[in-house]
Amino acid sequence: MLPDKKGYFGFFGGKYVPETVMAALKELEKAYLGAKRDKKFQEEFRYYLSQYVGRPTPLYRAKRLEKKLGGAKIYLKREDLNHTGSHKINNTLGQLLLARKMGKTRIIAETGAGQHGVATATTSALFGIECEVYMGTEDIRRQALNVFRMKLLGTRVIPVDSGSCTLKDAINEAIRDWATNIETTHYVIGSVVGPHPYPAMVRDFQSVIGKETRKQILKVEGRLPDYLVACVGGGSNSIGMFYPFMRDRVNLIGVEAGGLGLASGRHGAALLRGRVGILHGTLSYLLQDRYGQIRETHSVAAGLDYPGVGPEHSFLKKTGRAKYVAVTDREALSSFRLLSETEGIIPALESAHAIAYAVKLAVKLQKNKIIVINLSGRGDKDADIVSGELDEPHK
Amino acid sequence: MNRISETFEKLRKDKKKAFVAYLTSGYPDLETTENLVLELASRGVSVIELGVPFSDPLADGPTIQEASQKALLNHVTLDKIFSMVKKIRRRTQIPLVVMTYYNPVYQYGIRKFAKKAGSVGLDGVIVPDLPSEESGGLKSALGRYDLSLIFLLASNSPPDRMKLVAGESEGFVYCLSHIGITGTRKGLGQGLKLFLGKIRKITDKPLVVGFGISRREHVREVNKWADGVVVGSAIIEVIKANVGKKNLTRKVGDYVSGLMGTLELMSSPKAAKRIREARAKAKEGEIVSFDEAFG
Repeated sequence: MLPDKKGYFGFFGGKYVPETVMAALKELEKAYLGAKRDKKFQEEFRYYLSQYVGRPTPLYRAKRLEKKLGGAKIYLKREDLNHTGSHKINNTLGQLLLARKMGKTRIIAETGAGQHGVATATTSALFGIECEVYMGTEDIRRQALNVFRMKLLGTRVIPVDSGSCTLKDAINEAIRDWATNIETTHYVIGSVVGPHPYPAMVRDFQSVIGKETRKQILKVEGRLPDYLVACVGGGSNSIGMFYPFMRDRVNLIGVEAGGLGLASGRHGAALLRGRVGILHGTLSYLLQDRYGQIRETHSVAAGLDYPGVGPEHSFLKKTGRAKYVAVTDREALSSFRLLSETEGIIPALESAHAIAYAVKLAVKLQKNKIIVINLSGRGDKDADIVSGELDEPHK
Repeated sequence: MNRISETFEKLRKDKKKAFVAYLTSGYPDLETTENLVLELASRGVSVIELGVPFSDPLADGPTIQEASQKALLNHVTLDKIFSMVKKIRRRTQIPLVVMTYYNPVYQYGIRKFAKKAGSVGLDGVIVPDLPSEESGGLKSALGRYDLSLIFLLASNSPPDRMKLVAGESEGFVYCLSHIGITGTRKGLGQGLKLFLGKIRKITDKPLVVGFGISRREHVREVNKWADGVVVGSAIIEVIKANVGKKNLTRKVGDYVSGLMGTLELMSSPKAAKRIREARAKAKEGEIVSFDEAFG
């Protein structure tokens, strides 16, 4: 079972944090391991997932898209139908229940696209706990709708204008806050990144995605899919999807942000173009210069605009268990439109990356092959960006 | 025994407290950093911490973040800092410690880093995002060149961690005045006496307190219980206020002398003459100690 006791997935992971945070990580690890075995906790978690979040989410067969592509069968795991509009709430719900158990009175989080921020704000409101969310000023600009939603939910959004003013910098600031207010505050990390136990804990909360998918596909198809395709920023929706299939003969494909193209240097493809390094408490693939300074990244999808990636993905890449690819901003935008028009589903720009790759894959496959795409979030939040990028409606 | 241990042994013998000064290497530029090290050495500072700028300094407050950013714009790298240290080493034997986040060291190569650090005359390394659990590789590499790996300890660490970290730390134990990040504050953390008392029971290593110290009264207060203080952000703020001015190094020197309580001593005409002479000697490459400057 990975990670090992020290929080390593093979070579990757660990706890690279300031001393002030170490005690809190121990406390969290203890609470999390306890919760894993605690039937009451699990029951409560399941209760809120079904009654509040609206799980299980459907596994929907995208027949019009299939017809258009003329290749493999395509299923969409509809995480966009969760309350708040993305998979993020699976994790924030689990962490809020833990925070409550640990007696924490204040919640902080970072957010890129705002989906994790909204999910944290929502669950904090649900449990009546004070919440503050750090968000880069660049992301505040491009995700105004989510900023408004968080405020509406009673959360204070704290702008971060250091570095590239995006997700990475919001995480820096959240860690600084946590290191200062460690006794009262729980830091809800939104992805499978950060120091142990976060990568494992967030994976476990998100693995409900893969567990449901497994049951659902067996029910309708009588067999497991051939391919699972999901986008990878930090990598929580993809790990959540992949994890329950780890021991099966299923191809796992993670899609990174290709930005303006891998050759341009302006992208977010840590697994494809990064080197192993340490950032935000974990040892993993990382986009950096030769001196170990973290590089600025680019993606049209704010949620993928991050120089690092979860350590378990690094492990899956290294062992070859999962395959990682990238699609560009342009490709993501065109599949954003494609899915909207063929299926009446507007995907988040992050999820549109997974769709873009699946589209390329599907046309090469025979009709009896099955692809499951994790549709991690809905795209309402991206309307402004997309209307700027797509000048005219599709003919 | 390296320069750090020698320095603390001497301080202990003389019943004196340590003063550790932090500078961000390359802020505002490397030449100024070099001059500041020499200035502070001549002012009687015990140890100098040289910060290595990093793009994501998550244990630092706004002051050091900004200084790091500026230094990075000057393209400051580990190699440039090593060259600077090599030059400084010809002129002073003050213990020099680098404070760096782990990734730049990891990319440089742990063994190569240790070898180079040892050869240019560094004495120790502080890595704020490397807890003792993950530090085995670096520690053994540094050990080969007699370099100390200094750990930070916070008052919220449970007793078993205090024991572990205090035991692992070499040269001295860097104790945090309060839980949090670097930066100046009005008051000091509560319970410092109690915290230091706990560590005293575990170790007889020198305890040096840092984070948030910016005033003479902080220094006096902390030194009631500690073996010395670290001052970082407050010095960087004085540098910032004097960037571009001709007397920057002297201003910073006077500020530090003020914190150490030796400013009056320094400003007497006799002392001023001695400092001038000491500086002139240092410029010619001679090693000058505080005691020499003050007779």
